[in-house]
Amino acid sequence: MTLALYVPVASPVHRAPAGVKLLALIAVSVVVFAVPTLPVVGGVLVAVLLTGLGIARLPAALLGRQVRAVVWWLLALAVVTGVVGGVASAALVVLRLLTLVLAAAVVTATTRVTELVAVVEWLCSPLRVVGVRPARIGLLIAMTLRFIPLVAERAERIRDAQAARGGAVRGIRAWTTTAVPLLVQVLQMAHTTAEALDARGADDDAPPARPPGRGRR
Amino acid sequence: MAEHSTDAVADPARGIVLTGVGHTYGSRTVLADVTVTLTERRVGIIGANGSGKSTFARLLNGLVVPTEGSVTVDGLDTRGQLRAVRRRVGFVFQDPDAQIVHPTVAEDVAFGLENMGVPPAERAARVGEVLDRYGLTGHADHPAHLLSGGQKQLLAIAGVLVMRPARIVLDEPTTLLDLLNARRVARLVQELDQSVVVVTHDLALLGGFERVLVFDAGRLVADDSPAAAIDTYRSLMAGRT
Repeated sequence: MTLALYVPVASPVHRAPAGVKLLALIAVSVVVFAVPTLPVVGGVLVAVLLTGLGIARLPAALLGRQVRAVVWWLLALAVVTGVVGGVASAALVVLRLLTLVLAAAVVTATTRVTELVAVVEWLCSPLRVVGVRPARIGLLIAMTLRFIPLVAERAERIRDAQAARGGAVRGIRAWTTTAVPLLVQVLQMAHTTAEALDARGADDDAPPARPPGRGRR
Repeated sequence: MAEHSTDAVADPARGIVLTGVGHTYGSRTVLADVTVTLTERRVGIIGANGSGKSTFARLLNGLVVPTEGSVTVDGLDTRGQLRAVRRRVGFVFQDPDAQIVHPTVAEDVAFGLENMGVPPAERAARVGEVLDRYGLTGHADHPAHLLSGGQKQLLAIAGVLVMRPARIVLDEPTTLLDLLNARRVARLVQELDQSVVVVTHDLALLGGFERVLVFDAGRLVADDSPAAAIDTYRSLMAGRT
């Protein structure tokens, strides 16, 4: 799925605290599942669209990309639910998932990652008593968001390199021949990233990132 | 400049001192018997691939701790005073993608300051100042993965400079860049206020440097002015196929 990254706009939705937006997202999720009627779910969907496109002034294309990413899942779900439970039931399921996808997109597009991470760190702070470091969890989330597109880019480069030498570009064979070199690249990148985290003071007290026996000349 | 214990001050009189340094990975020796004192503001490191120069660079801020001998930075030992050494010596890696850890530009520049415990207001001011200095202000909220190669390297350098280290080590900072961006980074290196150690294959980057070390097969084989050191390096390579 396309990652809806922050879209900088001066709007009340952008200015709202990340915790409030996450609570609103939870509330939307609860309502669309707890009150499974078309008028309610449809109403929530309209409210989400008004918030995203109207108040937050997000580009329609951005929300469109999120929907396109799940459109085949929605269609498959609609067909299965339609066969089993009828058209009304299918419409309800599709609208419900569409609402959740768009609401999540509005939250991520109007909230900086650091703000979301701060909320997660705050929520995780009670875990300090069992030795968990909330800052580490926050960093993990931020790095996951940062590295997903990078890993996708590396996979694309490997596929291009293989295609240039006549390798398969589609199907299971293409994936299997991409997986091993991608894994090697990701591990190398993870090693350098660990060094960079050390160099930028992420873990001052820990020993150097280099594992024993790993060479560099 | 705001006062923080983290704002390191260079002490060129003491410099970076390596005494009898060697390093091995398992049974493989990658660096042997290096004794050198670096007090110059611009020091270049050259050598063939696998000559030990990247390991040498990593010794300077404690990313690698020597298996033999000692490394001190302005009197601080990398073995026992790692935190203080790392705050004095910033490190820029060859591949900026591997060192950018946050999804957006401004967030990534702020990362080192968060680790240093710089208060949010000052953090924002310092991030803004560095982004402005390197022409990245317009990209502050942009996803880092959408930047060009040159912009990513500038971001990587900005992420280090914002921490205001007294010294900076750059490991092949122009290797992945086109000519224009390589020139831009070279100019940036020349203009840095900090003491700089650069590992490079780009010999043009060494213009104006005071001293260049040449490594070969894990040993320091020349320590001279840039012109003389580059001649030594070319002679070494000329004899090989």
